[in-house]
Amino acid sequence: MFCFSASARRLAPLFLGLALPVLVGPSGALMAAQPAQAQTVAIKGFAFVAQAITVPVGTTVTWVNQDEDPHTVTATDKSFHSAAMDTGDKYSFTFTRAGEFAYFCSLHPHMTGKVIVKG
Amino acid sequence: MDHDQDAPRTSMLDRRQMLTRCAGWVGTAAVYTMVGGTLSSVTLDEALAAKARSDAKPFTFLQISDTHVGFDKAANPHARDTAIQAVEKIKALPQQPDLILHTGDITHLSTDAQFDDARQILSGLSAPVFYVPGEHDFLDEGQGKAFLAHYGKGTKGSGWYSFDHNGVHFVALNNVANLKPGGMAHIGDEQLAWLRRDLTGLSASTPIVLFGHIPLWTVYEQWGWGTDDSAQALALLRRFGSVTVLNGHIHQILHKVEGNVAFHSARSTAYPQPAPGAAAAPGPLKVPDAQLPTMLGIRSAHFVPGTGPVALVDQSFA
Repeated sequence: MFCFSASARRLAPLFLGLALPVLVGPSGALMAAQPAQAQTVAIKGFAFVAQAITVPVGTTVTWVNQDEDPHTVTATDKSFHSAAMDTGDKYSFTFTRAGEFAYFCSLHPHMTGKVIVKG
Repeated sequence: MDHDQDAPRTSMLDRRQMLTRCAGWVGTAAVYTMVGGTLSSVTLDEALAAKARSDAKPFTFLQISDTHVGFDKAANPHARDTAIQAVEKIKALPQQPDLILHTGDITHLSTDAQFDDARQILSGLSAPVFYVPGEHDFLDEGQGKAFLAHYGKGTKGSGWYSFDHNGVHFVALNNVANLKPGGMAHIGDEQLAWLRRDLTGLSASTPIVLFGHIPLWTVYEQWGWGTDDSAQALALLRRFGSVTVLNGHIHQILHKVEGNVAFHSARSTAYPQPAPGAAAAPGPLKVPDAQLPTMLGIRSAHFVPGTGPVALVDQSFA
């Protein structure tokens, strides 16, 4: 047990990995791979943002559709897929093994994305 | 009317109604044709004297598209009302159509409630309606199961079929099923093989009207506005003298003529989309309220044997 000092409190989210424990670089790649447990990908402008993300094993990725058009998240190898997501709908999937997971929108197949899971 | 039995439609004209309508058309003095953007007219005598199949007769049909029943976002919170408006406009046309083609995105989210509502709205039309699905009609968990339950009777595969009317061969294609990552719309080998068989035996002078949801020519690849195996379908159509290809999906009028094939993209009754490349992304386009009716519409198509391409008249809601 310990009490937070003022400075420790500012750092607390980094230690606890709760709020937004990942830093995204200019390329959209994950820079600081804490034991991150959650990552969000926006679906907006008929694109997955970021188009490619790198996360540790065990990360739950949540896609949020911010477009007025419905979209899906569909793994190319069919290992995961969402239902059609209307505006504001979310879909989450937890990546439990390392590898590269390509996915696309089955309604607008020119929309593609990738989740790189590092062990 | 020589349809495939059980081809999808909501109602049928009997022979008496059909003859009455054809007689009404024959009484018209001139036929206006829009060819290459130029309005021209031919007399019916000229039209009827032109070389044509003996069973080809003049008639009118309609295209409606992208009703998106269930859509209620900013680009048009009243898409249900504008679908009803389309029905009212059709009922008020001086020249009633023999048949109506709906080029897909009947619903916005493929729910049974939306399909039922669309059926209710479109039941106000007296002419038979022939449907193809858009990707919005194929996004249920069953990937088209709901659409096929409502409109699939008598169709093949994922919902394709053909029929003949007054000497014109109509082909309904589904290019929204089983789409592949990174690609555009897709017809697929099974449907292409069926198309080849379907066209076999037809005289090259048979006018062809082919309709599907997503453009069968590449309008804008970056937005997926094209069909990746359309060249294979078009190769099968090359020997025909007159081919008209009608689509929806992009919610705006576009025309392109390539040899014997005329491509025409139609307006939606629900909401506009940006011109190809005119915005960062496709999708519902919010315009000032007063402008919206000018960007929604229906399309009449007039077929006159021997006069070349089917003549189209696009009518907005303004």
